[in-house]
Amino acid sequence: MRIVVVGNGMVGYKFCEKLVGKNLPDLQITVFGEEQYPAYDRVHLSEFFSGKKADDLSLASRSWYQEKGIELHLGDPVQYIKPSVKLLHTFKGYIKHYDILILATGSSAFVPKIEGIEKDGVFLYRTIEDLHLIQSYAPKANKGTVIGGGLLGLEAAKALLDLGISNTHVIEFAPRLMPRQLDEVGSEMLMTTLAQLGLTIHTNTNTSRITGDDCITGLEFADGSSIETDILVVSAGIRPRGELAIDCGLETGMNGGIVVNSRMQTSDTSIYAIGECALYNEMIYGLVAPGYDMAEVVVSEICRMFDASAATKLFTGFDMSTKLKLVGTDVASFGDPFANGKNISNIVLKDTVKGVYKRINVSADGKYLLGGVLVGDASQYNMLLQTCRNKILLPPHPEDLVLPAREAQKEEGAGVQALPGDALICSCEGVSKDIICQSVTEHGCETVDAIKKCTKAGTGCGGCLPMVKDLMVYTMKQQGKYIRNVLCEHFNYSRQELFDLIKLHELKTYDAVLDQLGKGDGCEVCKPSVSSLLASLWNEMVLKKGNDTAQDSNDRFLANIQRGGTYSVVPRIPGGEITPEKLIVIGQVAQKYGLYTKITGGQRIDLFGAHVSDLPLIWSELTAAGFESGHAYGKALRTVKSCVGSTWCRFGLQDSVSFAIRVEERYRGVRAPHKIKSAVSGCIRECAEAQSKDFGIIATEKGWNLYVCGNGGSKPQHALLLATDLDDETCLRYIDRFLMFYIRTADPLTRTATWLNKMEGGIDYLRNVVVNDSLGMAAQWEQEMQALVDAYQCEWKTAIETPEIRKRFAHFINAPQEKDPTVQFETLRAQKKAANWK
Amino acid sequence: MITQNETAVKNSQWFTACKVEDVVENGGVCVKYGNKQIALFYFTRRNEWYATQNECPHKKQMALSRGMIGTKNEEPKVACPFHKKTFSLVTGQCLSGDECSLKTYPVKVENGFVYIDVSQ
Ligand SMILES: Cc1cc2nc3c(=O)[nH]c(=O)nc-3n(C[C@H](O)[C@H](O)[C@H](O)COP(=O)(O)OP(=O)(O)OC[C@H]3O[C@@H](n4cnc5c(N)ncnc54)[C@H](O)[C@@H]3O)c2cc1C
Ligand code: SF4
Ligand code: SF4
Ligand code: FES
Repeated sequence: MRIVVVGNGMVGYKFCEKLVGKNLPDLQITVFGEEQYPAYDRVHLSEFFSGKKADDLSLASRSWYQEKGIELHLGDPVQYIKPSVKLLHTFKGYIKHYDILILATGSSAFVPKIEGIEKDGVFLYRTIEDLHLIQSYAPKANKGTVIGGGLLGLEAAKALLDLGISNTHVIEFAPRLMPRQLDEVGSEMLMTTLAQLGLTIHTNTNTSRITGDDCITGLEFADGSSIETDILVVSAGIRPRGELAIDCGLETGMNGGIVVNSRMQTSDTSIYAIGECALYNEMIYGLVAPGYDMAEVVVSEICRMFDASAATKLFTGFDMSTKLKLVGTDVASFGDPFANGKNISNIVLKDTVKGVYKRINVSADGKYLLGGVLVGDASQYNMLLQTCRNKILLPPHPEDLVLPAREAQKEEGAGVQALPGDALICSCEGVSKDIICQSVTEHGCETVDAIKKCTKAGTGCGGCLPMVKDLMVYTMKQQGKYIRNVLCEHFNYSRQELFDLIKLHELKTYDAVLDQLGKGDGCEVCKPSVSSLLASLWNEMVLKKGNDTAQDSNDRFLANIQRGGTYSVVPRIPGGEITPEKLIVIGQVAQKYGLYTKITGGQRIDLFGAHVSDLPLIWSELTAAGFESGHAYGKALRTVKSCVGSTWCRFGLQDSVSFAIRVEERYRGVRAPHKIKSAVSGCIRECAEAQSKDFGIIATEKGWNLYVCGNGGSKPQHALLLATDLDDETCLRYIDRFLMFYIRTADPLTRTATWLNKMEGGIDYLRNVVVNDSLGMAAQWEQEMQALVDAYQCEWKTAIETPEIRKRFAHFINAPQEKDPTVQFETLRAQKKAANWK
Repeated sequence: MITQNETAVKNSQWFTACKVEDVVENGGVCVKYGNKQIALFYFTRRNEWYATQNECPHKKQMALSRGMIGTKNEEPKVACPFHKKTFSLVTGQCLSGDECSLKTYPVKVENGFVYIDVSQ
């Protein structure tokens, strides 16, 4: 059977993938694509600007088509079809006969007829080619504009911002943004947030003319006003590409959509249309998930041509719920977002401070969720969507679904068990809850990656991955498997269990722990974990004989290894306060040993490029001048940043620097499951950014507010308020308890933010433990912390004074004076830098 | 005396690397042999000696001697400090799924001195 596919876009490709998966005999599949690239992930097109290459977005390589026996012609659009004789002609002159023809021609951006639209600097936003053009034009532009305030328009606007065009406008014809997804209040909330991101939004605005000679210089509007712009992206909607269908006499609808029935058949029974070019029930489905569903329908049709008893699958419309990916704030709408009227109640939460708007529409009897809108916080999107789609009975107080306070008390994974087995979890790939659960019970998948591989769930837009993970945990729990996080093959214990056992048996070296509690000879996973536990428990010098080689390489050399194999040196500068004399010493040391110097994010100075054999010499000079190790190499307290506070700042309420120094000197050297950062701000203006730290302190009129479990890094998270208006001593006691609780119970390499996220009961539980002492551990923890504080020693001081340890700082064991000759530097802005990776 | 590789008895060319007590227990040091750098490991727990090239094939960093050693299913291995790729100390093969591998050298210990066979 000869199957010809016109269009190698997302849906055309998915059709091929699904069809070859059926292993039908004697299929000859031919694909014609107009674009130069094999099908790529258009949904994530904007990631092209964050550095992804065309290859990264590709859905399958050319060789995939070859392997599957698919004849692929790219850059060769089909020019016309002759349905009467079942053949088609292409641009490059191919004439191809077909038995079954699939039109997957997608859509193109709608280009409104505006005077001047042909000028240079006016672009569309649909293909990789479009993005190439925008990218090469953008450096010339200071001001940018997007016509269209819908889903794609906002994405394009964000892309312009990301390209460095900070002055970007969005022009929307309708009275509000995303008119198809958002109601008026939601749209307003979104506008406020976008304005803060730097976008200027004009609604109710009709563009009448594009001005400029050859290149665009501005826009004029129907009301007589105008703006200047150097670049314009038009994103005013999509038009299905029905031109082939129209030319050959297939039935098409408004705007050229190709009319199909629920089998995706056009008015010619040998021709099917799928994806964004297909018009079903007078509607174009402009999302990938329905397109994939359509592809599945046609594949089942073809299967039935081979085996009439195969199951029939029909297309019956599709839920157009969406979550917007990257405007810098969450936006989602699901079900019927606008449902209104006397049989319907609307529950609305509006928080203009946080920029959050949530609306859910509930049936009059209060039993079912009909749809809703989420702006500013769409974390409940998946759960709400499932509740709506599967007609799950609502709880007695449906408002709980959107109220943030009660949400915090929900257990991790709660809710997934309520879903019916056929609930569609991944709509891109059409994977149900049952299939995911089965992959765990029957195919032994115990990681999200394994489930992705086995079921394809989460391989499309990825939005369902959190839910896939919840389902996995839930299923494993049900099987009684729940996930004991054992350390590695050498220890059959979790970190917390080991902590208690090491303490109980008073073990002090890695080998003793391995002999008594583990088996085998250890590895790079358990060695640093156990070493960290030993340090957290006893705070002995980490390089004590027997423990030295069980330390992570950075701990072993008390410095951070950097590109090229040299080390960086970070002396402690408590609170970021330093005298001119000490600054001069740092400068002199850097000069003498040829080090690159840079101010770190934690208010201290990092010296890079030290040879391993120079480390003891450098530190002899630094300790002589009164510096101590900064523990930048350890999973330990890093810095306590501070703002200048009441000593200088006109707003300061308390002396934030003095307190920061006190805090840093108290917890310096304390080893933990991961690094710990802190900061103290002198008032609510928060110049020290305390709310992004593991624990952060902000001055109030009466004392200090303590925040915990914040995080910068790749998944930033604000710290949460633990207690208010504390005096110095109480604040330190709470921090003692908080840190000991964390050190005791967190998994290896888990930052406080993740630790809290996994904690059942969340911040309320943590507050109970730390402030109300609900576990009765407070006194013991304070004592333990005091013991660690008392046992503190500067590791570098000990290292340079102990010949046995000092001897280890040589590159060659048989030529201790020689440095590694392969180390290479390059020059950059009058300093050196490590040579690039080879 | 402990030898790693009994087959290399012929044509072997033993180079005196260092004294036993120079090498850290359960860890590695770097030995200079002409222009070459060799990582020498004393797996004290198993009373075994190993030697490999010091350069990690991943990003060509002279760092393996500073890596942590251990075992994977009883197979002795070293983990590069840079990106924690692991290599068998016996065969030199990468155990983290990469194609690359390490050159290994036979080691012997006599009268408190450690010798590395550099004939190949
Ligand atoms: C920037 C952007 C962001 C998006 N974000 C989302 C999102 O978050 N979620 C979501 O669900 N959807 C999103 N979409 C929509 C999604 O990309 C489309 O729904 C999907 O690509 C439709 O697939 P398709 O195969 O029908 O069309 P396309 O992917 O457009 O593929 C059609 C292909 O056919 C080719 N073609 C046309 N005519 C011919 C011819 N005569 N001969 C040969 N080839 C021809 C075209 O060149 C094109 O390559 C986004 C789209 C864009 C542009
Ligand atoms: S946080 Fe307050 S006290 Fe500190 S520098 Fe900023 S404004 Fe001044
Ligand atoms: S952000 Fe990345 S590149 Fe920069 S210091 Fe951290 S790890 Fe290195
Ligand atoms: S350089 Fe050794 S693992 Fe990357």
